[in-house]
Amino acid sequence: MPWDLLADLQLLLQFHFMQNALLAGTLVAVLAGAAGYFVVLRGQSFVAHMLSQVGFPGAAAAVLVHTSPVVGLIAFCGVAAGGIGWAGPRLGAGSRAESAAVGSILAFSLGLGLLFFRLYAGSAQGIYTFLFGTILGITDGDVQLTFVVAVLALAALAFIGRPLVFATIDPDVAEARGVPVRAIAIAFLLVLALSVAITVQIVGTLLIFSLLVAPAATATRVTARPPLALALSVGISLVVTWLGLAIAYFTNAPVGFAVTTLAFIPYLALRAAHAR
Amino acid sequence: MSDPFALEFMRNAFVAGTCIALAAGVVGYFLVLRNQVFTTDALGHTAFTGSLGALVAGVNLLAGVFGSCIAVALAIGGFAGRGRDRDVAIGTVFAWVLGLGVLFLSIYTSTRSAASGAVGVSVLFGSILGLQPSQVAVASIAALVTVAIALLIARPLLFLSVDPDVAAARGVPARALATVFLVLVAATVAESVQAVGALLVFALMVTPAAIAQNISARPWTGIAISAAVSVAAVWAALVLSFYVSLPVSFFVTALVFAGYLASEVAKRWHAA
Repeated sequence: MPWDLLADLQLLLQFHFMQNALLAGTLVAVLAGAAGYFVVLRGQSFVAHMLSQVGFPGAAAAVLVHTSPVVGLIAFCGVAAGGIGWAGPRLGAGSRAESAAVGSILAFSLGLGLLFFRLYAGSAQGIYTFLFGTILGITDGDVQLTFVVAVLALAALAFIGRPLVFATIDPDVAEARGVPVRAIAIAFLLVLALSVAITVQIVGTLLIFSLLVAPAATATRVTARPPLALALSVGISLVVTWLGLAIAYFTNAPVGFAVTTLAFIPYLALRAAHAR
Repeated sequence: MSDPFALEFMRNAFVAGTCIALAAGVVGYFLVLRNQVFTTDALGHTAFTGSLGALVAGVNLLAGVFGSCIAVALAIGGFAGRGRDRDVAIGTVFAWVLGLGVLFLSIYTSTRSAASGAVGVSVLFGSILGLQPSQVAVASIAALVTVAIALLIARPLLFLSVDPDVAAARGVPARALATVFLVLVAATVAESVQAVGALLVFALMVTPAAIAQNISARPWTGIAISAAVSVAAVWAALVLSFYVSLPVSFFVTALVFAGYLASEVAKRWHAA
């Protein structure tokens, strides 16, 4: 049987849930690819990791009070990002006290998420949805909310992008030139919180690295020029999301597995090529 | 419904929980001292994939968890790099390892009965009340052996952790010791998975140690406090969950986190 791309695309877009997943996925991929570039540049990948795990009880709490999980995710991630931005400079980055604090908060927030789920009497499938993502549960309301969030976050990122790169590469000179380094750092954390909150819908809280960090890590290995790396990161993120959703749709493999594997392969290939 | 010890599964949970908490408290102290908290995170993710892989392949679950964790610990020990690049590398690799775990989960749940869907949740969040007697025996013995080895290498390991350069100059085998320690961490994670789950190992390994470091700067006192807090948290959580119908793992995380916050406040208050 010859491969008919058009027919496959029609099949892919046949169902409403799949249209929603692809729409939300596209928005998520653009924002995650763009925000992820700055995450890798600033070496804040574990902040992204922590924000996503804090999002888990947020999503569970939202389900418990019968609102959309995205609302809970945005609320919890936003508060956590504000807290890190506020308390961050006082804890030495990478210090023993900081990693112990982060680890303790991680464990507690996941325990809290488990509690909310038991209170809701949710099924195992419900927990997996938030931990590993889904392509089935994205409603029209979620797509609209994702659209608003993505546009706002991208606008904010475009606004702070240039001084953010400056402040990341040479904070002292940037500060001397009058760039508000601290305010920009906090603004970026809030954008990151929004990105994490909507990325979780597709790949889940545990697999956030696959969309937020892996494409950017691949892009920064290819080129050091910021605009090019940014564009490449968004491009990889989009391809990974689209292909991942399609594979999950046609083969019944979990979307989390498809997306992480697709994001992992180019990163691994580049590292291997680099090592030789 | 008055005596928790009248039930066999509660007695099993207390025996296994005590041994596991001891190991987690002792090994966790060195973990925080050596600033290797994120290694535990990575190993916890591996434990998830390892145990589901074992279920899919039809081999013993504990064998899968121990095997995968120790193999990955040795691989991490081989990594020479440090800093930002290493964070990204470890994070990306472990997102994929977890993704692989999700695949195993979906294979396992779609080829078995519907009831097996909960197996992933029990691996992620622990199921100390559901332990079989044989699992209790294996986990307890493994945990006690871990504690014994940790105490045996405690002295040179403390030396190495506090002042690596001087320790190396004095002839402490730095690389071998670090690798042995990583294997101990892997074994402890594998044991703890049954009690608190792959995602919550932090609660027994990192938080009690963080509390201990807030209370005392002396290493041996710190190790004792860390182990005591860990054991006390597991006991209290088991008793609480017997009377209040909520998950044991939630009580463990909540209790140690409350203790951590209290120790932070006490430290600030003491310093002020």
